[in-house]
Amino acid sequence: MAGSNNAPHRDMMRSPLGRARGLGSARAGAAHWWAQRLTAVALVPLTLWFVCGVLRLHGAQQHDMVAWLSQPLPLVLMLALIVATFHHLQLGLQVVIEDYVHADGCRMASILALRAACVLLALACIISVLKLGL
Amino acid sequence: MRDVRDALMVARNTDGKLVRRPLSPHLQVHRWPISMALSILHRASGCALGVGTLLMTWWLVAAAQSEEAFATAQKFMGHPFGRLLLFGWTVALFFHFCSGIRHLWMDSGRGFEKAEYDRSAWAVVGATVVLTVGTWIIALAFG
Repeated sequence: MAGSNNAPHRDMMRSPLGRARGLGSARAGAAHWWAQRLTAVALVPLTLWFVCGVLRLHGAQQHDMVAWLSQPLPLVLMLALIVATFHHLQLGLQVVIEDYVHADGCRMASILALRAACVLLALACIISVLKLGL
Repeated sequence: MRDVRDALMVARNTDGKLVRRPLSPHLQVHRWPISMALSILHRASGCALGVGTLLMTWWLVAAAQSEEAFATAQKFMGHPFGRLLLFGWTVALFFHFCSGIRHLWMDSGRGFEKAEYDRSAWAVVGATVVLTVGTWIIALAFG
């Protein structure tokens, strides 16, 4: 960690507003980084569960899906998987866009489009799963 | 000096003679250490999995839509091309999964010694192969 010797110097280099906000050059502090790790940890068990679930549904028909998602646990885990997956996807692809799209307007438009796509796809998945399970 | 930026590249050697600083070579001349390959593949597999979510969305929406729509989706997944997509999806998924766990481990500040770093990288490759092959053996044996 930064030694206490560095602290006064670092404070001097920051504008008072920047220091008050404490959000750094990324403008979002560590929130993005932290959310990406949080969803990653959640996805470790959820992904393993999902792969096992899909394997069991190999060659399934629609009524098998209904039977599977009518149980409370698979329904809840499936919803958790959808939310965590699309949130993680949005965070990850946003970094890719920020790295490779340099024009400000184009970058902002790409990130907004990505968000819209992820939210809409997640909603489509959530509604479908609820329709099957409820 | 043709450009003011050249000023930053000029230095004096021990004899006091003006010399140009050497330029750092770019990406394509480097060897591909396993760690670099893994880092690039982590991002690539993440992007591939983004495409894979479209497959998952189609599968779930089709199931919610009608029996026929779901049968069509299931038939597509059973078709050789669908199988190829699913195989690619499992490879990307298991790779990103294992490599992601390695990244979480490194986020805790551990595993940065060169030998350890390389060993964990190869472990990711091995685990990806084992998980992918294992999953497909189960899928094909019980399919």
